[in-house]
Amino acid sequence: MRCDFADSLLQGYFDGELSAAGSAEFERHLDHCGPCAAELVDLDLLHDSLQLAQLYELASPSLQRKIKARLRPVVPTTAAPQPLFWHWLAAAAALLLVAIVLWRVSSGLRNDDYKGELAGELVEAHMRSLQNGHVNGVASEDEHVVKGWFDGKVKFAIPVRDFANQGFTLKGGHLDDIEGRSVAVLVYERNGRPINVFIWRTREPDTSARTGSRQDFQWVDWRKGKLEFCAVSDADRVDLERLHQLINSSA
Amino acid sequence: MSELGLEDRVRFEQFVLPHVDAAFNLARWLLRGRTDAEDVAQEALLRACRFFRGFHGENARAWLLQIVRNTCYTWLEKNRPLELSMEFDEELHLQPCATPETLAIAGDDRKHLILALETLPPRFREVLVLRELEGCSYKEIAAITSIPIGTVMSSLSRARRQLYSALAHKEVVREV
Repeated sequence: MRCDFADSLLQGYFDGELSAAGSAEFERHLDHCGPCAAELVDLDLLHDSLQLAQLYELASPSLQRKIKARLRPVVPTTAAPQPLFWHWLAAAAALLLVAIVLWRVSSGLRNDDYKGELAGELVEAHMRSLQNGHVNGVASEDEHVVKGWFDGKVKFAIPVRDFANQGFTLKGGHLDDIEGRSVAVLVYERNGRPINVFIWRTREPDTSARTGSRQDFQWVDWRKGKLEFCAVSDADRVDLERLHQLINSSA
Repeated sequence: MSELGLEDRVRFEQFVLPHVDAAFNLARWLLRGRTDAEDVAQEALLRACRFFRGFHGENARAWLLQIVRNTCYTWLEKNRPLELSMEFDEELHLQPCATPETLAIAGDDRKHLILALETLPPRFREVLVLRELEGCSYKEIAAITSIPIGTVMSSLSRARRQLYSALAHKEVVREV
């Protein structure tokens, strides 16, 4: 039979939450309440066991790092895990920029509103990333790591999948801000060539793949499940279409 | 997070960042796993940063833990709605380790405690974690969980009884 005070004053007394007068009064109660005195011993035992068990779990150093990195977005990423990767990505972005500029000039622009708009957006995004000298992103082949990195950064779920078995290795991801909206970019590698898959939210209905190419630069664009995807690369167009199928069937 | 000015950023680093471990620990126990806890703690920290200009109190830990707790519940509502509707079942919860299978799995005190803690409904689990692991006062727990101090005490009492019975039950089995 438990005492009426067991769920209130006993807990408060044990946790040192009672006033001095309240404690003294409860101690007088303890003198003649067997159940409370016994339960106090249990509480002590449990407390000791909990301390011994060391159940407190510390955040991983990577969480600490991620949060600090987000706090200081302008600090150069000298401590980035794979600086070579970003160097290589910047080179790829530069190549992409040149390709898009050449494409815009040579195609006389606006042969298709969509292409013109997309090119403009991509150019801007890549110019920004080049000007900043670094990319705000994550370099990892682990889809959970990449997905975890995006969580909380974009307001939509990104289908992050590694297709290394099919020859498309996930290399990481980064964020771009295009006309005020967040665009997620997944980076894949195919036969040593980088493929950037831009992903952003759309209200438009699903479409099948639209493809295009200018100079050595290929793109494949499609919409699925309120997301628009655009894969761009100087890889073979067949490869981009294959990647489109892989992403679509996994999304 | 770049919207914070330099001064706020320094304050955030000084007052909030020391509590990243507390944020993670609470998320880990509410979500019962490190991977989800990493994601949700990170999201909560980013939210804290967005709201930081509105924080003028003195207790940054309680303020942060309140955000972590709310972010965890939002996550649970979305991903595991059944868990939130879990009621405290006196019979079930006061004998959490009663089957031979769970006893075989839970070989020592630590495993017993983890199992018992994780089978508590979230609203009892959070109170116990905040008191016994985080060392929060009743006033802080009431602020973090938005429940009255009387309910803090009664929840704490039930959570403790379950955990204690998990330990005691094991002792009985050992003697047999």
